[in-house]
Amino acid sequence: MAETAWSVDRLPAAAARADAPRHAALVRVTHWLTTVCFFALLISGLEIVVSHPRFYWGESGNVLTPALFSLPIPSSRATVPTGYGYVLPDQNGWSRYLHFEAAWVLVLTGALYVIWGASSGHFRTHLLPDASDRSLHALSRELVRHLRFARPAAADAWSYNLMQRLTYILVIFVLFPLVIWTGLAMSPAFVSAVPSTVTLLGGRQSARTLHFLVTVSLVAFLLVHVAMVWFAGFGTRVMAMITGRATHERN
Amino acid sequence: MSAISRRKMITRGLAAAAGLSGLAVAERVADRYGLVPPDHGGIYGPGESLTYAAQRLLTRHSLAREFSRSQISNPPFANEIAPPTDHFKRLQADGFKDWRLSVEGLVAQPASLSLDEVKRFPVRRQITEIACEEGWSYVAEWVGTPLADVLRAAGIMPQARYVVYFSIEGAWWESIDMADALHPQTLIAYAMNGGDLPVAFGGPLRLRVPRQLGYKSVKFINRLAVTDSLKRFGKGLGSAAPEGGYAWYAGI
Repeated sequence: MAETAWSVDRLPAAAARADAPRHAALVRVTHWLTTVCFFALLISGLEIVVSHPRFYWGESGNVLTPALFSLPIPSSRATVPTGYGYVLPDQNGWSRYLHFEAAWVLVLTGALYVIWGASSGHFRTHLLPDASDRSLHALSRELVRHLRFARPAAADAWSYNLMQRLTYILVIFVLFPLVIWTGLAMSPAFVSAVPSTVTLLGGRQSARTLHFLVTVSLVAFLLVHVAMVWFAGFGTRVMAMITGRATHERN
Repeated sequence: MSAISRRKMITRGLAAAAGLSGLAVAERVADRYGLVPPDHGGIYGPGESLTYAAQRLLTRHSLAREFSRSQISNPPFANEIAPPTDHFKRLQADGFKDWRLSVEGLVAQPASLSLDEVKRFPVRRQITEIACEEGWSYVAEWVGTPLADVLRAAGIMPQARYVVYFSIEGAWWESIDMADALHPQTLIAYAMNGGDLPVAFGGPLRLRVPRQLGYKSVKFINRLAVTDSLKRFGKGLGSAAPEGGYAWYAGI
């Protein structure tokens, strides 16, 4: 089939070796470290948001200033008017400790992955779309294939398709750097050394709001990512990311 | 066992020993240069230590952002405070003329200052943002005297490493390292937005630490203690915050 032949063509030389793992050990380790950190950051981040589920734009904001938007949830602080008749227990202490520790592990893991990915050729061969795919035609063809929920080509078990590559590039090189930047912009000590971290974003409260919105995008990615893995065969794909072995035959 | 695997084991053993002693040396060096926070124990210790060490290397002398008058939040948000004690109410009824700020510990001349005496020190006014760990913030102008001036007048002893400060509300006390204590923007604030510092905002005296989150800016301060070790205070974690589960260092 033409589709299969086209997919096989883009198999990188290294992955075509019979004994080569589907995912390199470093990809597998950093993938799961990032997963653990992401959940730690998400849960602790939600706990922190619960203490003030209102968002603002600009430099400063508090319950006396109009909110850009509020989450329709109860708060862990009596000072926040939520419309609920009760106050949730305060979980901010351990949440903040966990949030920043997980952020460190995430940043160090990400740095390791990016340095390795750039020097090993991983980004070039596995993430950068092939020359033949760098066209609107290829993009629309892939988009249609995805929207039709077409069965993934067999070669997709061995290489990322165009939509995967573009999505992973967006997540790794745009969303994660943005969530780290907007997080750092809320550090009063860090911005005293590098004020542009927050002034470029339009102020402290803008940074906080953007931090939340980028997180929402990352959660949306996570949901689609897990759904696609499910669609493609959850057990085999997850095992491939754990052991490195794919059960699909090559070609 | 083959020679190669034995050699491998010896090399690995040596590497592990070097790694462990390297970590021990790193910790001693970090402690020597004041890069280890007092709440460095427990599962969150590594993250806290990384944050504090990174910030201390990066921000020892950096200045918190200051704002223009037009950016002052009007009105500022007064966070809830505990109901004042009878003792506080009596002091307030007298216009705080009997309020004292004691300066003690590792200083050559311990002192007990009245509000008027505090106000005789050099004045600094700054428009900064106070940000609560909960997420909200406001910008205000604070007027006060740099903590550094009061400490230097009392004569800081060379072994000083931290300044512990206490609220008249006994449960609230905090501490900062000398980098923050001697920082020009760390103020003993007694005025705000053109008037005396209101009680709702910590009057008559509040320590303003603008490079850290709001909970380090303790309200109603009446005692400063210069020390070389935080072990003698409370549970030895540095302040009331870590005893309540919050990080001692709040520069994030």
